[in-house]
Amino acid sequence: MSTKAVPTAPATSVGHANHPAARDLIARHHLRWWEALPWLAAGAFYFVFHDYLGFGTSLMITILFALSLDLALGYAGIITLGHAAFFGAGAYTVGLLAFHNIWTEPITSLMLAALAAAAVGFVSGLVLLRTQGLTLLMLTLCTMALLQESANMAHDYTGGFDGLPSLDIAPVFGVFEFNPLYPDTQYLYTLAILFACFVFIRTLIYSPFGQSLTGIRENLLRMHAIGAPVRRRLVVCYTISAALAGIAGGLWAQTNAYVNLSALDLDRAATVLIILILGGYGRLYGAFVGAAAYMALEHFLARIYPTAWQLGLGLLLVVVALYAQNGILGLSEVLWRRYRARRATS
Amino acid sequence: MTELRLETRALSRRFGALVALQEVDFKLAAGARHALIGPNGAGKTTFINLLSGALPPSRGHVLLKGEDITEKKQAERVKLGIARTFQINRLFRGLSVLENVCMSVAERVGAAPTMFYPVGRRTDVIEESMHLLDTLKLAANAAHRVSELPYGRQRLVEIAIAIGLNPDVLLLDEPAAGVASAESHIILDAIERLPEHIAVLIIEHDMDLVFRFAKRVTVMVGGALFAEGTPREIEANPQVRAVYLGQAGRG
Repeated sequence: MSTKAVPTAPATSVGHANHPAARDLIARHHLRWWEALPWLAAGAFYFVFHDYLGFGTSLMITILFALSLDLALGYAGIITLGHAAFFGAGAYTVGLLAFHNIWTEPITSLMLAALAAAAVGFVSGLVLLRTQGLTLLMLTLCTMALLQESANMAHDYTGGFDGLPSLDIAPVFGVFEFNPLYPDTQYLYTLAILFACFVFIRTLIYSPFGQSLTGIRENLLRMHAIGAPVRRRLVVCYTISAALAGIAGGLWAQTNAYVNLSALDLDRAATVLIILILGGYGRLYGAFVGAAAYMALEHFLARIYPTAWQLGLGLLLVVVALYAQNGILGLSEVLWRRYRARRATS
Repeated sequence: MTELRLETRALSRRFGALVALQEVDFKLAAGARHALIGPNGAGKTTFINLLSGALPPSRGHVLLKGEDITEKKQAERVKLGIARTFQINRLFRGLSVLENVCMSVAERVGAAPTMFYPVGRRTDVIEESMHLLDTLKLAANAAHRVSELPYGRQRLVEIAIAIGLNPDVLLLDEPAAGVASAESHIILDAIERLPEHIAVLIIEHDMDLVFRFAKRVTVMVGGALFAEGTPREIEANPQVRAVYLGQAGRG
């Protein structure tokens, strides 16, 4: 419950833009100081944990993947358990092009990965997004399973179960060597891509289009009743989300220098969903918090209890599901409000 | 005879073996204050669903200003000027009252598909929405989340979203449903102050509200039109009293 005091509006018919609610909406997209924190942390990480840049790179890829899911699931309310389909489509695009020596330039490869994933998202979205709820969930799962099985069966091109090893990626801008032996390049390159994608996503969710996605999530029937082309908006959103997941997949393939069937695995799709729920979905920064929390937990729990570290994760998820349905961010918001309310009363 | 806004010809709808609506010929005049009453299950909400395009008819036609719109989808009909409200609130519950209204205003003025500038840049949409809330005496609640409002005020937001579409025809499906009778005057207040040019069709069980608001009343029974006339004629009609008013009472 919000405890914010809302002053009443002036009774005049002019100056409506001065009403607190209007001012709040007009200024909603403004940057807040704490939004610099993830980027400062990424910069600090580079210098302080220089030996762990590989970990940092995969963390940022996971964040991007979770962000792409947040757009579809958190904002538009598209219930999906098959988001790895797009991650995999991007990864295999980069992998196939590099493995068969067709195209190895990293940045344009990522663009192609985005295009390929967007195409998969668009075509499957046209069919899937006619459905809702469990049907939709199952169909997204099926799409992913079909893709994975296709990748498995097209053994001659994709390497099947063994995947495509030792991908040769050309230097970034033709200058900076790009392979796992050069974690500096990989880290900074991934950071730059994540930042660019984040700026795009942030712009999108604060736009009228983003607001209408929220409307679809909040009340589908009402969106129809106010004349919104609901299906078109959902397909556009799903396609964009797929493209971003494809970029994440492409980055994963480039930085690991291999692609295998795990890119299209249910395990991957479920993990990114867990990350988003853990961090808090539909709130932009949930992807950051969730990914960092998940990967840090994975790292430390696996060290303490290598054989059953997922037990700890499971327990944490139970706690989140019971007591913090809006994830870590939602919980911090509630605590912050309570703290301020207590200070205001004392 | 005043100009016609909405007209139906032999409009029918079946759900399997159930005939929900049967050969309805209905006329709604420009600027009308028209009430549709009838016992539960008479087909009133089905009728609104057919007019708004949420459901396709089994047979018959819907005409807007003389033009056949039977084949047009709901979104197209909204653009042509038909707006509706729902008997059970269908609001964006997690959003503020202002955002709820902005949603429909943005859709109407064509701002909604824009991806590359923030919502806040469209001050025209925000100002218009605030103005609308002001006229409905909801401005003080503009910043509140809809789910935090008392039910009566939520019903007003339901109406505000529809007016945000600037309709020629407004279909109100039981706007006072579920509102405590002590509060129902705020609904009557709001619909009495609707712009005159809007043709209003209202379904309502609260007979006090119907007889105070409507200039014309149509009675529907068993999916067919049963009687039509001024409120006084309907009240005096012994058959209507027998099938409907007798059961519902006049409060």
